[in-house]
Amino acid sequence: MAGQNLPELLEVRDLGLRFGGIVALAGVSFTARRGEITAIIGPNGAGKTTAFNCITGFYRPSAGDLDLTHSDGQRFALARMPGHLIARRAGVARTFQNIRLFAGMTVLENLLVAQHVPLMAATGLGVLAILGLGRYRAAERRAIDKAKAWLERIDLLARADDPAGALPYGAQRRLEIARAMCIDPVLLCLDEPAAGLNPSETAELGALLLRIREENCSVLLIEHDMDVVMRISDHIIVLDRGRKISDGTPAEIRADPHVIAAYLGEDDENADDVAHEALP
Amino acid sequence: MSQRAPLLDAFLSALVALGLFAPMVGLQTTVGVHGIVLVPRPFAVAALVGAVFVLRLLVRLWQARRPPEHAGVGRIGRAFAGLGPYLVPALLAAALLMPWFANRATIDLGVLVLTYVMLGWGLNIVVGLAGLLDLGYVAFYAVGAYSYALIAENTGLGFWSCLPAAGALAALWGITLGFPVLRLRGDYLAIVTLAFGEIIRVVLLNWVSLTGGPNGISGIPRPTLFGLRFTMSDEPGTFAGFFHLAPSPMQRQIFLYYIILVLALLTNWVTLRLRRQPLGRVWEALREDEIACRSLGINITTTKLTAFAVGACFGGFAGAFFATRQGFISPESFTFMESATVLAIVVLGGMGSQLGVVLAALVMIGGPEMFRPLADYRMLIFGLALVVMMVLRPRGLVTERRPSVTLRRNAGAIPAAMIAEGRG
Amino acid sequence: MAYALQQLINGITLGMIYGLIAVGYTMVYGIIGMINFAHGDVFMIGAFLSLIALSGLASLGITAVPLALAITLVFAAALAALYGWTIERVAYRPLRGSFRLAPLISAIGMSITLQNFAQVSQGARVKPLAPLLPGGLVLSHGEGFAVQLSWMQIAIALTTVLCLGVFTWLVTRTPLGRAMRACEQDLKMASLLGIDINQTIGLTFVIGAALAAVAGLMFLLYYGAIDFYIGFVAGVKAFTAAVLGGIGSLPGAVLGGLLIGLIETFWSAYFSVQYKDVAAFSILAITLVFLPTGLLGRTDVEKV
Repeated sequence: MAGQNLPELLEVRDLGLRFGGIVALAGVSFTARRGEITAIIGPNGAGKTTAFNCITGFYRPSAGDLDLTHSDGQRFALARMPGHLIARRAGVARTFQNIRLFAGMTVLENLLVAQHVPLMAATGLGVLAILGLGRYRAAERRAIDKAKAWLERIDLLARADDPAGALPYGAQRRLEIARAMCIDPVLLCLDEPAAGLNPSETAELGALLLRIREENCSVLLIEHDMDVVMRISDHIIVLDRGRKISDGTPAEIRADPHVIAAYLGEDDENADDVAHEALP
Repeated sequence: MSQRAPLLDAFLSALVALGLFAPMVGLQTTVGVHGIVLVPRPFAVAALVGAVFVLRLLVRLWQARRPPEHAGVGRIGRAFAGLGPYLVPALLAAALLMPWFANRATIDLGVLVLTYVMLGWGLNIVVGLAGLLDLGYVAFYAVGAYSYALIAENTGLGFWSCLPAAGALAALWGITLGFPVLRLRGDYLAIVTLAFGEIIRVVLLNWVSLTGGPNGISGIPRPTLFGLRFTMSDEPGTFAGFFHLAPSPMQRQIFLYYIILVLALLTNWVTLRLRRQPLGRVWEALREDEIACRSLGINITTTKLTAFAVGACFGGFAGAFFATRQGFISPESFTFMESATVLAIVVLGGMGSQLGVVLAALVMIGGPEMFRPLADYRMLIFGLALVVMMVLRPRGLVTERRPSVTLRRNAGAIPAAMIAEGRG
Repeated sequence: MAYALQQLINGITLGMIYGLIAVGYTMVYGIIGMINFAHGDVFMIGAFLSLIALSGLASLGITAVPLALAITLVFAAALAALYGWTIERVAYRPLRGSFRLAPLISAIGMSITLQNFAQVSQGARVKPLAPLLPGGLVLSHGEGFAVQLSWMQIAIALTTVLCLGVFTWLVTRTPLGRAMRACEQDLKMASLLGIDINQTIGLTFVIGAALAAVAGLMFLLYYGAIDFYIGFVAGVKAFTAAVLGGIGSLPGAVLGGLLIGLIETFWSAYFSVQYKDVAAFSILAITLVFLPTGLLGRTDVEKV
């Protein structure tokens, strides 16, 4: 298990967001450390995806700070950056709860679009590339090699030329992760990556995420599948009704009475199941 | 609905037709001395109602013979797919050789069709690739035409020197318009682009001191071939004089034909190159999913602007060509009908398909010419045909998408059902 | 001041006509999310039907103005509704649920068809109509300028308010209105709950076309002349009005119509007639830059 003394990567301070009169997040603070897998869990409607959308620039928080620090000491105030620069400059990549691949484009094309920024820089404003000049050819070859390497890792090389929309669900999930990784992120945010996967696919996913962690990309994870969360996370944050109710290692979370109350407290007919699932 | 007996169905259709046509066709308003007089035309109504009855009956009987989903359309599509590899070279060869065999009227028609092919290819970048609905494409056509006419009039420069400026100015307008409005979605963007097209037309119509207002600009210089003019004499400095040919209006016609062919092919070449490169690929990605693009660090506004600007630039080129071909332009040539026609070419062609644009332009521009003897009924038939074609082939003539890059050599095309249509 | 008051009256009258057409655009957009480009031409057909009815009634000797107007209103609205229903049935229903741009092109085709149909069947010339209701109320005589509220304007205002009243009742208080609102929220869910969506959409077109025909009658009475081309211009203006008000919003359509009418009238009165369209369109563009979904449109938070 990674220790508490790892350097901070993302520091969330007093994050708040309201839609009209509805408070989606209030005073949420936590830290994600470099080289760790941090999981955000909580019952439905706890504000997990909302927090994600703030971190990745899709929503602008109404209060609080989001500070990301690179290993070279460069700092980014995510709450004040335009959405696309959070991915481009700060290196925060994400996937979506409802998979958002470019369904009408091939698997390979999906991974090349993800490398758009460096590729575009090599085209000389597009003009050189049209004329077949400049560094573009080499850049494209490198981009394709990188895409192929990822396709090999996620076992989709054979389907590189198929439309992404034609892949089975589990493969689409893997492809979306690979696509996010192609922007060379320092932080990979995954919104329920195991949803809809069968047990063996889930196991593969866990292994993939652990490997990604080894390769110096930290992971922030929203997940309902507690098996996965407990097995691969270094650090867990529990949200309930827009507030943080617990924060700690999997073992600490498992023992935290607040968490058990939050899961059991739901007025849900299968609250018992939920609790059982949550705390194996 | 379709469960009804064909005869009853046809009868009901005829009844509806009676309601539609009895007043509008059966009672013609004519301006008399004491105001409006109604002229009854019962036979016209009877003929129309009868025609609706028979047509509906035939359609129902035909549908009854085969299930609707196999109703011929699929076969046409498969026939196209089979022809695919030969169609492009054949069309290109026909386009290159046509002037040597055709008469003047056909060449004129060829120039017209090619102008629309070029406009269609230009708009295809915006609508087909980037998925942005632009209902005011004619604005850029107009900007290109007036830019060339005005620059030529005021500086004495020729067509070839002004052409880049016309394209650049159109692109500049594209960016100027696009910057504030490209964050609008879908139909909001559509109405603003439509409004922009109308604004340009109204300004051209009323800024008389610059544009000549409704009278337009005439005496726009004709293009030259490396300085050689095309005139009706064989003095030195003319095409006929230099090559010791008898002067003929055909020479200029053929020359104009080849200019627009080259310009159109340039548009196509640039588009095809761009599609295989990051810029074109990201246009398509934008059409597929804007939010995913943003999550990958892509600046959506800039990307949309480039699509707008490149599309506008080609519209500008086409406009300059239109001005030099006509020698005269007026705001009348730049109405919403033009935008609608070009958009219809793109959609009927199959969004994003370059070949589709050619086929659709042939059908939509060449087709009405065949109906020219029908005079007033020509546009009526054009409108109806547009409806029928969309109902039969909502995805357009060429529906597949070819991947921009593949690992394997013989990778297949992507079926239409997977391709998103863009929401911007 | 008197001049401005007169422009206000004129602008509101024009705006009511736009508003009536805009309601049709916004209703169809709200339910099936398409721009019904042919709607302006249904308005034009409605104007022609009104002209035919008025001429026919005159030749039959029915000259009592209120009676003639009432009969014309019903006649034009009913037949225009049939046009609306047929257009939806022929050109849009087969394309439901397919590609988004297909119905748009089909609608453009329908618009061309209707325009040329009117031209072929009724001739290309401008059709004049002698004023039915001359005169009006003179409100003030200040500054050598008489502010007049013509009977025609009063009739237009009353009819518009009446039609919108009936329409509002229909949408908010009847089962049909409930079905329409349900379809607007979620077409698929509405059909799962047993709403006949084909019928509901068809009726939406019927209502929209009937309102457009009322606008056509108003236009004919107010301007006293129509031709086959009025549909395009009025249609674009009304669509602009619908977008300005926030497309999908019924009160927005009326508000947008009034605004466009006022902008046009005041611009023509104080600046230049030629650039009145530029003024209307520019204000639309500027509004959308700051309020991307119009004045009363729902701001939809992008679901990520």
